[in-house]
Amino acid sequence: MKRLLALLALIAVHATAAGFDYALAPRQIAPDTWVLEGAQEDFSFANGGRIVNTAFVVTDAGVVVIDSGPSRQYGEQTVAAIARITDQPIVKVWITHHHPDHFLGNQAFAPKTLGALARTLTDIETDGKAFNENMFRLVGDAMRDTEVVVPTEALVAGIIEIGGHRFELLALDGHTAGDLAVLDHTTGVLFAGDLVFHDRTPTTPHATIARWLDSLDVLEARPFKHIVPGHGPVAADAGPIRQTRDYLKWLDGLLTQSAAAGLDMTEVMRLPLPKIFRQLAVIDAEFPRSVSHLYPAAEEGALHVSSHPVTH
Amino acid sequence: MPALPRFAVIGLALWATLALAEPDPLDSARWGDMRAQLFAAEATVVFDPRVSVTGPLTAEDSMNVPIAVDATALPEVVEVLVFADFNPITKVLAFRPKTARPELAFRIKLQQSSPVRAAARTADGVWHVGGTWVITTGGGCTVPSTGSASPEWQRRLNEVSGRIWSRPEGNRVRLRIIHPMDTGLAASIPAFYIEQLAITDGQQRVLMEIDAFEPVSENPLFTLDLPPTVTDLASVQITGRDNNGNKVNAQVER
Repeated sequence: MKRLLALLALIAVHATAAGFDYALAPRQIAPDTWVLEGAQEDFSFANGGRIVNTAFVVTDAGVVVIDSGPSRQYGEQTVAAIARITDQPIVKVWITHHHPDHFLGNQAFAPKTLGALARTLTDIETDGKAFNENMFRLVGDAMRDTEVVVPTEALVAGIIEIGGHRFELLALDGHTAGDLAVLDHTTGVLFAGDLVFHDRTPTTPHATIARWLDSLDVLEARPFKHIVPGHGPVAADAGPIRQTRDYLKWLDGLLTQSAAAGLDMTEVMRLPLPKIFRQLAVIDAEFPRSVSHLYPAAEEGALHVSSHPVTH
Repeated sequence: MPALPRFAVIGLALWATLALAEPDPLDSARWGDMRAQLFAAEATVVFDPRVSVTGPLTAEDSMNVPIAVDATALPEVVEVLVFADFNPITKVLAFRPKTARPELAFRIKLQQSSPVRAAARTADGVWHVGGTWVITTGGGCTVPSTGSASPEWQRRLNEVSGRIWSRPEGNRVRLRIIHPMDTGLAASIPAFYIEQLAITDGQQRVLMEIDAFEPVSENPLFTLDLPPTVTDLASVQITGRDNNGNKVNAQVER
């Protein structure tokens, strides 16, 4: 009997201890600045949703975190990874936008530290639950116990000084209706969120391409030395901004031309892709998704409303 | 009377069953039900790669899954029935190509991952079935239309937009009709969908007839191709009605 109890206890301990190990290894890219770089993949059970870049800045007045990641466990493991580097408390967690891989780690952080643009707060309230459920389907057990936490603070554009770092919050949009970018003027690091993708195909479920292109111009005009894209490798020049712009312009042009030529959506999804974009990660999955998101508006623009209804 | 040994009888019966029950190329547990529900018992129904159904491998939007059906490789197609095995309402639409080529593209709602199939009946009465699997996280049939939550469709109900393109292989016609196409499966929203459409040319020649069912997506958009023999197509007329008796009646100029 004793043995059985011991065995049961062992199983219980094992069951609670077994979680998804993201093996987070922060990489320092600039003074006080670390990045957790995600895989250039789609969501999968194997990557646990870690397809996103998150980051943190260790200031003299505490740690500023950019995006909390795709799950509760990711958030908790971020907190642990930060604690291995500094004793400073986490004072701010800035969420760049309302997509699930960027905010579902919120539970791991003190609610008062969480902030996002006002539009992002609204969109997390509206879409958060459905995103969370969908993430369980896409990445499975890594999402265990993850629940939606809406940030408390509504961020506005402007300068915030924290512990010797001069952060500029940029309130932009285009990838979604609310896209926050953060420029640390002290280090020259620009945290671009999903306004910028690098060597990874941009995603468009809530995109307005014209606005997105405007936001890219704003970002390119800022004085930065390093850019942390939402997805894909960190860079030391505007290359990722230009790559994102080139792709979006090509996509927009292709959809407009295809609609004007009368192509059906099934035909557009099968169009051959230019070589430069075939090198982007997950293009084969993302391009048809973008056609699904954006082609209906292009079609509507190409059809004529019937002006001569025939009466009998 | 010399009797056949029992094992030979069983063997023959087994052979006959296997030979008659052609395996479903899409390996769907629902094929038997589809065969029984949608086709007469005495009808000849064969799987035929000459009927192609094109859709995304994975559907991004389960309320708008783009599907293209092409039965042009078959001779004398009279009617094409499109259905999705695992939808709560399996019948998607039927079309009779008349003057148009036996192909049609449109969008559908899928409730869960399912084969989407087209059965083309040729003049000899044989049904030729082709299809493809579409993977989706689903929910497309039990979600209210966006129209049901907005007053816009009431002002624009059955408004048609469209366009005609000249192409070397023949004219292409695209038609979009404003309609919520509610399935009746979302709580407190009754089924409300376009049932019948006829597309004719300026000489009252019928190009295609379409019978739509609930799974056709909101604001249906149809892509039709005409053979090169149909020339001088300055306009097409689209007439029809929904299940509440509202009429569709519009003319689309080139």
